[in-house]
Amino acid sequence: MFRIIERRGWWFALSLIAIIPGIVYMAWSGITRGYALPLSIDYTGGTLWEIRFAEAIEPGHVRQVFVDAGFPDTTVFTIGDDKTVQVKLKSINADQKATLQTGLEAKFGGAYEELSYRSLGPTIGGEVSRAALLAVAVASGLILLYIAWAFRQVPHPFRYGTCAVIALIHDVLVVISFLCIMNLIAGWEIDALTLTAVLTVIGFSVTDTVVVFDRIRENFRRYRGQAFDVIADRSLVETMVRSIGTQVTALLVLVSILVLGGPTLAVFVATLIVGFISGMYSSIFNASPLVAAWEDRSLLPRKTARPATDGTPAAA
Amino acid sequence: MGIRNNNIFLVGILILVALALYVVLPLPHPDWLARSETSGGANNFAGLKLGLDLQGGTQVMLEADTPAGQTLAAGAMDTAKRVVENRVNGLGVSEAVVQKQGDNRIITELPGVKNADQAIETIRSTGQLEFVDPKGAALDQGMVINTTNRPDSVQRAQAAAADGSADAVPTPFPDQIFETVMTGEVLKDAQAKTDQLNQWEIAFLLTSDGSSKFYNYTSTHVGQAMAIVLDGVVLSAPRINSAIRDQGVITGQFTQDEAESLAVQMQYGALPVPLKVVDVRTIGATLGQDSVRSSLIAGAVGLLAVFLFMLIMYRVPGLIACIALVFYIIFLLAIFKIWPVTLTLPGIAGFLLSIGMAVDANILIFERMKEELRAGRSPRLAVEAGFSRAWSAIFDGHLTTLISCLVLFWFGTTFGASVVKGYSLTLGAGVLMSLFTAVFVTRVLMRSILGNRIHSSEASHAAIGF
Repeated sequence: MFRIIERRGWWFALSLIAIIPGIVYMAWSGITRGYALPLSIDYTGGTLWEIRFAEAIEPGHVRQVFVDAGFPDTTVFTIGDDKTVQVKLKSINADQKATLQTGLEAKFGGAYEELSYRSLGPTIGGEVSRAALLAVAVASGLILLYIAWAFRQVPHPFRYGTCAVIALIHDVLVVISFLCIMNLIAGWEIDALTLTAVLTVIGFSVTDTVVVFDRIRENFRRYRGQAFDVIADRSLVETMVRSIGTQVTALLVLVSILVLGGPTLAVFVATLIVGFISGMYSSIFNASPLVAAWEDRSLLPRKTARPATDGTPAAA
Repeated sequence: MGIRNNNIFLVGILILVALALYVVLPLPHPDWLARSETSGGANNFAGLKLGLDLQGGTQVMLEADTPAGQTLAAGAMDTAKRVVENRVNGLGVSEAVVQKQGDNRIITELPGVKNADQAIETIRSTGQLEFVDPKGAALDQGMVINTTNRPDSVQRAQAAAADGSADAVPTPFPDQIFETVMTGEVLKDAQAKTDQLNQWEIAFLLTSDGSSKFYNYTSTHVGQAMAIVLDGVVLSAPRINSAIRDQGVITGQFTQDEAESLAVQMQYGALPVPLKVVDVRTIGATLGQDSVRSSLIAGAVGLLAVFLFMLIMYRVPGLIACIALVFYIIFLLAIFKIWPVTLTLPGIAGFLLSIGMAVDANILIFERMKEELRAGRSPRLAVEAGFSRAWSAIFDGHLTTLISCLVLFWFGTTFGASVVKGYSLTLGAGVLMSLFTAVFVTRVLMRSILGNRIHSSEASHAAIGF
């Protein structure tokens, strides 16, 4: 037996290691930059403009056009190749855009192509943020209720629901931590698609957790009288293959898209991959150990004598 | 469960597959099915409608711009939506979408429209048309004046120019309020056209009430000028040469875009409430086409990897799972086409992801079967036990994914994030379909393989492969 439940101190520590960089980033960013997370304009409002020029371009020159037109807080940097730039400034209306276009034409000639343009007022951005948080909260709440109901015949069904939700929040934090680090490395941002990825991860991670809980429920009926730790361990080992197996197929497809698919989806798919791996980990090493910890009323295993853990079944 | 039932199910499934294939493949289809195939090329792919992010286009969210302290009149937004819809169609945008959003917003999707700024301004401008008596003042095209119905046009235009949100406009008569003698209600129709000199002009027709009003005014003011004003801006101030009864022409220095835009605004009436743009996004089409191709290649490779995995891990049942997976893809594509679902890039990702997830139900079942076999059950009973015992875990798991899809759907609908909405639909449809194919179809196929003869234990084991 692997004694997963017994070693839960290690697993919780590992989880913290994955989450702490994100928390450090949020604190640092909050203090130095005034905002905690690298949010895209979906949440903050503003303008995002991708322009491809006919020849290689110096971002500073492009920025000058915007500064001259009265937008000093513009950032411009190249993405993809050195002919394509991404311009970010506060939200503007159609007249202002026309003025800026005239300025660009005057400086660079008409030889540029607008790849994408997005301008979002700040009120909408705030609404989207609130709705995103609400979405995650509502999804978590519904899942908690559903699991508590599905496991109503096991003692303390709400524990299962709650622990599943804690594991799920863990996955969300790992994903955010990952994106914060990638923001430092490659300038990735949290946008509406990120929310989509997070909610997918939530749904899928809980699926995985439920597979394990389902086996615990079954073994509970079958091996009445044994210590909870023992039942949980046995369930984890029995389900490990299928738990990992169900994730592997999804990961095969996702990795394939990450490697072969275009760059547009890369951030989205990478987020999904990190989330799924975290979900796989949390289902085995977080959710069940948490339930056991609750049983034990102690986060770390107590040092008491335990019966043999090779678990011969009491009845068939 | 008798074997005859199973054969019926098997035949039923095969018929469904054939039907689905008919829907998906490029065969001649009846009209209701072929509607998304009609305009080939840029806006559909394998007969599926492409979303804005794939075919290029613009999406705009408009919000009612009621002055501070005023509340929105009941029904105003419905009227506004109708006017916007008419204008969008009048602009000739095919497959445009106009939807009311919440209490005070309208979302419009304009596929294929890239230079959207003119279109957006046409759609959202108030469109208040007035025929104004200049009473001797020399009014000219482009001037902003105050009228009875719009007594503060000049003030507003000057304020906008002062804070930089608009260009400066000529306002030679800032304190005068000109009399509105008729409004755009007299118009029945307006069309932009060129005259013999290839100048753009707007020809208009009057309603029967409008005709009498127009005639009464013009017959008593022959020789004087009449200003035609749109949203406080003078379009033209021609001299009345003779009484006008049913129709007329507005001439001026108009480009084609301007003339068409004006015609659209005049034709469908004024907006009951001003609309401002709170979110606009334009996507060029070039990004889209490449992404679709590479995503599909990636999906095909991923699918092959999944096939190999299943075959190696579970052999014969693995093969059955692969067949069920192919059926799954065909069924899902058929549903996408019939619904019809609009394909976006994340939607494609969601579809591919759901393929990866569709087999997980099979893995649960097969692992269960292995356990039962190890515990000593006969192959046939192990198969049945595998399916029935694994069901609760499968159902619970899929339900939680569906909960996520529902929440995403709500989020996408509330914010006009059609991309998020499309993703939630494709993923949700995939989860539901996988319940069907991974459980029901696989079971029918497995039973068919085991057949209705009583196999010896070894033969059954050989049939299953483990």
